[in-house]
Amino acid sequence: MTGLLLDVENLKASYGRAQVLFGLSFRLQAGEITALIGRNGAGKTTTLKAVLGLVPATADRLLFKDRSILGVPTYKIARLGLGYVPEDRRIFTDLTVEENLEAGRRSGGSERAPWTPERLFRLFPNLAAMKGRRGNQMSGGEQQMLSIARTLMGNPDAILLDEPSEGIAPVLVQAMAEAVLAMKAEGVAILLSEQNWAFAAAVADKACVIERGEMRFEGAMTDFLGNEALRLQTLGV
Amino acid sequence: MDPSFLVIQALNGLASASSLFITACGLTLVFGVTRIVNFAHGSLYMVGAYTAATLVPKLLDLSYGPVAFWAGLLIAAIAVGLIGILLEVLLLRRIYRAPELLQLLATFGVVLVFQDLVVQIFGPQDILGPRAPGLRQPIEILGRRFPSYELVLIAAGPVVLGSMWLLLRKTRFGILIRAATQDRDMVAALGVNQALLFTATLFLGAFLAGLGGALQIPRVAANTGMDLSIIAECFVVTVVGGMGSIPGAFLAALIIGELQAFGILIFPKSTLVIVFLLMAFVLAVKPNGLFGRPEAVGASHAVGIASRAPSRWSAVIAIVVFALFAALPLIADPYLLKVATEILILGLFAFSLQLLIGVGGLVSFGHAAFFGLGAYGAALAVKWFGASMEAAIPLGVLLAAAGGALIGAFVVRLSGIYLAMMTLAAAQILYAVAFQWVDVTGGDNGIVGVWPPAWAGAREVYYLVTLTITAGVLVLLARAVHAPFGYSLRAARDSESRAEAIGLRIRYHRWTAFIVAGASAGLAGGLYAFSRGSVDPSLLGIPTSVDALTMLLLGGIQTLAGPLLGAAVLHALRDWIMPLTHFWRLLLGLSIITMVLVFPRGLVGTLARRREERA
Repeated sequence: MTGLLLDVENLKASYGRAQVLFGLSFRLQAGEITALIGRNGAGKTTTLKAVLGLVPATADRLLFKDRSILGVPTYKIARLGLGYVPEDRRIFTDLTVEENLEAGRRSGGSERAPWTPERLFRLFPNLAAMKGRRGNQMSGGEQQMLSIARTLMGNPDAILLDEPSEGIAPVLVQAMAEAVLAMKAEGVAILLSEQNWAFAAAVADKACVIERGEMRFEGAMTDFLGNEALRLQTLGV
Repeated sequence: MDPSFLVIQALNGLASASSLFITACGLTLVFGVTRIVNFAHGSLYMVGAYTAATLVPKLLDLSYGPVAFWAGLLIAAIAVGLIGILLEVLLLRRIYRAPELLQLLATFGVVLVFQDLVVQIFGPQDILGPRAPGLRQPIEILGRRFPSYELVLIAAGPVVLGSMWLLLRKTRFGILIRAATQDRDMVAALGVNQALLFTATLFLGAFLAGLGGALQIPRVAANTGMDLSIIAECFVVTVVGGMGSIPGAFLAALIIGELQAFGILIFPKSTLVIVFLLMAFVLAVKPNGLFGRPEAVGASHAVGIASRAPSRWSAVIAIVVFALFAALPLIADPYLLKVATEILILGLFAFSLQLLIGVGGLVSFGHAAFFGLGAYGAALAVKWFGASMEAAIPLGVLLAAAGGALIGAFVVRLSGIYLAMMTLAAAQILYAVAFQWVDVTGGDNGIVGVWPPAWAGAREVYYLVTLTITAGVLVLLARAVHAPFGYSLRAARDSESRAEAIGLRIRYHRWTAFIVAGASAGLAGGLYAFSRGSVDPSLLGIPTSVDALTMLLLGGIQTLAGPLLGAAVLHALRDWIMPLTHFWRLLLGLSIITMVLVFPRGLVGTLARRREERA
């Protein structure tokens, strides 16, 4: 798949009376990784949820594969090929690893080879050793990997990946970065929300910098890294 | 004791347990996925029994044989499953995010609708189904005859348990159900159509209820009371087994079936007392049931009175209303006075429930227990001791307060839905005691001759006595709501953990609330007994509890004065409409459902909101 996958123009969202997003515009190209970067509370997670319809949102344009997904039920958006890996992972803790994968299984429309548990266990070798284990007996990092694997079972063209490096053991962060790049190599586009800008810098092609619900920068990751003034202003690094 | 007798009793217990498990299993499954305790589950069971008892004889006429019999049961269960689909599509999917209280009330509205529809469709008489062809001959066990159908029933429970296990563990549908039980939104984000999953779950749950009812037809005649009796038993099974746990439901059904079979040897009058003791014991040791886990639901779901400063006008309005009521005997005829007396009593009854629900967030579904205890306490004092009204009503209040203390002691440990089910079950057990223990309570006939003394015998005087007492107690209760006691209850209602963190003794305050509310409801019950001259078990029944809840819903759960207005409106409507129609329950049920869906804030709540929006 080539071309524009996700096209967002003037996205706004509120929790009750508190507006969180003030008109964000950004794009996700097929096969690329775009990082949403911003401080805690900037609105990264809300952006991902708004795209999926998990929080009420308005937008001038919200297109996935040229189809408007504004107001479309979440499960239909997922079926179009847009996967979601939430920040808190939301593993089904009563279900085993294999059952979690089964819950995510869905044949995609793409021409790529479909994801199978076997392929995913090669991508995440840790999981292979605990196929029958329940979600509530797994570490944070293992849960994170399972959450990503479960979403891949739906054979998405793009994944909204929320804070994959948060709350996992430092030794696993490198493995996580490699897994993200491996997914990209398989042709999956990723919209990545990250506070850990070093992680984002290591994997992302593009950067979108959010500050208090507004977009401060959209461009190549290398341009963001080179722009010290912007980095200091938005992240303080 | 003869060992063969014990074996037969044990087998009888197993047979009852099977049928109970099959029904309760559907309830627990539906709760697991939708988080709704479907009150109408008992109605589905009843429809299953009626359908099978009507259909199977027709099929047997066509072709006599086991095939026709079992096919009839299956068709009845499937038909009930289809009703479950209708129920989900028309009602349940609109209330998945509503507070538990409203969910319970809406599904109880369905119970009322079904009660009238079943009488209309199947007729008012009980229908005993035919015996199963091929299983008509009893078999001999240790020299005693035992119905062979019961043996089939005994096997049916484990078969259903096994099938459910296979379904939930080994199929994709089962995996998705278990996933949705934990996190509906995530299941949707994985591309699963929740609506379809929920509808399918309702089909399965209703199918099991229908099957449970259909399997009963050769043993128990289909009757119009079976919906409420089975739902109370199902609640006990789910609470004892642990909400949402199917193996837990199986074990609990077994224990309860056996307890009832052998309990008859100890308490021949009321086996349900033993069931209650079991429930109390299990909950004291394991508050989440045998296989249950702590429920997160309930904490953020409470609805209740808003914390707005009392208006200067409320005292003025209260005095004007009191004066109007006091002047009523000058103009009213005796009939109107009788209605007004009952409205006052029911207003007090509803207000005492408001203390638990609106102030404390304690969704009690068995408030009739206290009303009935107060009434029976007063009536028994008259019957046994020849007590006068002045002594009998306080004795009734004491009994109701003791009931509040006892029931409260068990349920304040619970939250949300558990509390609702436990209080309902407790009230239902008291109802059964009043119904079954004929020597003491007079059974179905109740106790008559509960009249006020000569000085209060005139309608006007009794009305004024009632007015004075209810007004006095209402003022006291309202004061308590705006005192630290009320603040503590409201704090605990809004956030249990925060209230505990600032050092409030939540359980103690809630227990006190149960005693106070119990005593107030008991006072209402005592006044009611003397206004009627008699008491009967219906005072303790689920419909009485639901009347109180309807008054709250009608008037508004968020306001203090709501229940009083709700009592007046409901009672006046009932008095006016009931003689005109055979479909009072149908109308009431539809009204409750409409209120839940359209204006859940009630009359006073809606008015107050309008005022606030204008301000």
